[in-house]
Amino acid sequence: MKRKSPSKSLSKGASVSRRVFTAGLGAVGFTAGIAPFNIVRAQGAALKVGVLLPRSGFQAGIGQDCQRGVDIAAGLLKDMGLPNLQIMNADTETNVDVARSRAEKLIGEGAQVLVGAFDSGQSSAIAQVAEQKGIPYVINIAAAPPITEQGYKFVFRNFPTGGMILGGAFAAQKEIFASVGAAPKTAVFLHVNDTFGTSMAGGIGAVMPKFDMPYKIVETISYDPAARDLSVEISKAKATGADALLMVSRLNDAILLTREMVKQRWSPMAIMSMGPGWYEDQYLKTLGKLSDGPLSFVPWYDPNKPLSKTLEAALAKSSPGVSLNTNHVYTFEALLIAADAYKRAGSADPKALADAIRATNITNNVSPGPGIQFDAKGQNDKLKISGIQNRGGKLLTVAPKEAANAKAEWPLTPYDKRA
Amino acid sequence: MPFDVYLNVAVGGLLTGLVYGLMALGLSVIFGVVRVVNFAHGEMMTVAMYIAIVLFSALHLDPLIMLVPISVVLFCFGYALQAGVINPFITRPEHSQFLLLVAIAIIIINVLLIIFGPDAQSVQTSYSYDSFQVGKLIVDATKLYAAAAALAVAVALYGFFQFTAIGTAIRACADNYTGALVVGLDVKHLYALTFGLGSACVGAAGVMLVLIVDVTPSLGPAYTLLAFVIVITGGLGSMPGALLGGVLIGLTEAMAGLIFTPSAKSMFAFAILVLVLLFRPQGIMGKKAA
Repeated sequence: MKRKSPSKSLSKGASVSRRVFTAGLGAVGFTAGIAPFNIVRAQGAALKVGVLLPRSGFQAGIGQDCQRGVDIAAGLLKDMGLPNLQIMNADTETNVDVARSRAEKLIGEGAQVLVGAFDSGQSSAIAQVAEQKGIPYVINIAAAPPITEQGYKFVFRNFPTGGMILGGAFAAQKEIFASVGAAPKTAVFLHVNDTFGTSMAGGIGAVMPKFDMPYKIVETISYDPAARDLSVEISKAKATGADALLMVSRLNDAILLTREMVKQRWSPMAIMSMGPGWYEDQYLKTLGKLSDGPLSFVPWYDPNKPLSKTLEAALAKSSPGVSLNTNHVYTFEALLIAADAYKRAGSADPKALADAIRATNITNNVSPGPGIQFDAKGQNDKLKISGIQNRGGKLLTVAPKEAANAKAEWPLTPYDKRA
Repeated sequence: MPFDVYLNVAVGGLLTGLVYGLMALGLSVIFGVVRVVNFAHGEMMTVAMYIAIVLFSALHLDPLIMLVPISVVLFCFGYALQAGVINPFITRPEHSQFLLLVAIAIIIINVLLIIFGPDAQSVQTSYSYDSFQVGKLIVDATKLYAAAAALAVAVALYGFFQFTAIGTAIRACADNYTGALVVGLDVKHLYALTFGLGSACVGAAGVMLVLIVDVTPSLGPAYTLLAFVIVITGGLGSMPGALLGGVLIGLTEAMAGLIFTPSAKSMFAFAILVLVLLFRPQGIMGKKAA
């Protein structure tokens, strides 16, 4: 069969009748008429966000705490005029390999952005998957520096790296020493030997000399994150005779270590933590008066920012008795970043979303610092570290000055002098 | 490092090791008689720990006072498990038994997770933070009580097997299954009784451990593994071997943590296991297979 050449056909029918013109005009008008509806439909469709957290395994408590940040996000994002998110939950089971396979599964099921996963090891595995599949991944909490040093194009982190935490922690410690007029001369450093703890331990040697700290570390002791008994660790730390205890730990080990200090009758001048555990609700509830005093230098929230107050109120409503903490703040902010980028991109196309996330500039946020922006590596390098202290079951921000709401109490009240 | 630091750590390791030993004793008793390896051992201990926590938080009942009642509950649980679920698997291939008990372990973990959630829970008794000081030696009161209770339970169990008619009958089943049947012993009942006793042991160990460690639903597998290490080191099926293995592993972990690095504690425990498997495969107090 011989086909007509399209050009021939065109040339033959080149004369446009009034009927054809009217029909064409109608078609253009119809298309133009429904175009706004198309835009509305694109913005109205919820962005599918795969939230990966350790909901079981030994980090399950923290994963569930992060989930509280997810639970309060929907209402707040709506109030902020941001698009809806369709949350797709996944459990990493506190396992790097499971985290990797769950990320792949979520992408297979249609997740357009990934968020998570609290732990550096698990987040590294998810980052590899996200980069390979070309799906944007916003890390909520993970501090190991290499994650954003790989040249990834789809991986973004709104959480300080280990180096930033250490630098911020040392700066905040010096601020506190200056304000109380005292400082320890020696410290013993205890750290959990998971990905986070090991990278923090490695970073201390590199960062500490730059800050000319008044104390020197007399011994470094590492321990297993799943340890059931930490009596040996405290015996060893106590034997050093150090003035202060420098910590990088998790929740359960923070409780175990405190108990051991009480039992072994050791009260250092200060406990200075540069990780989770010592400020968490369960730590405060489990130990009561014994939880008072430790200083934590952590990525926290600025209690003076308006959105912090809104977030606090939302959390108090959804989870009464739970205090706002790092887990809620940074998980919420990861979702805020995704929703904000989706609004600006106007599309769920992964490339467009990644470009929009890279161009993020959120000033109405919760974490301390000027706001949320990413550098070329996908790292928010503007985040500040806060010094917080447990006092009477409450967490007070004692540094930096611009985000503080109290002055530090110094030294630590000895455990045997508490009621 | 001053000598008193070594002494303190050694005493702590010894006391913890005794509780570990009691936990492993249950596994050893079950294997020694029923010839079933209980892969849900740590999980059963976790159940006992949660019962202790519930009783303490609801009724303020001290775990040490509840030691016997909780052990009885675990005994009934173990008896029912053996009689109702495990017994049909006794004559089946070992991998079937293995899968059955792993399945039971997974079910226990997930049921606990549903009921209690993932957060660590603990018992705060009036003596939770107590310690005794003798010169430079500081002894953790909870560990001391737990170790004393572990010794008492182990002695009672030993007495039961050596000096009672039922104990003698259970030993007969362990020595010669066919012979026990021939003389008219109710082997199924005795097997269930043994599994119950092993479960009671691990229940008692759980009640004591709840004074020392925090409980999460996922705690079980680590303790199942630890029980295996202890039992294989001490000798599978040997009661004194289980206690000795517990003390050896407790002491090794403590001293290795002090002398080398705490994060290598488990490595040294496994090193002992490897050495035992290389040079005395039947375990320190185990009997060579005929």
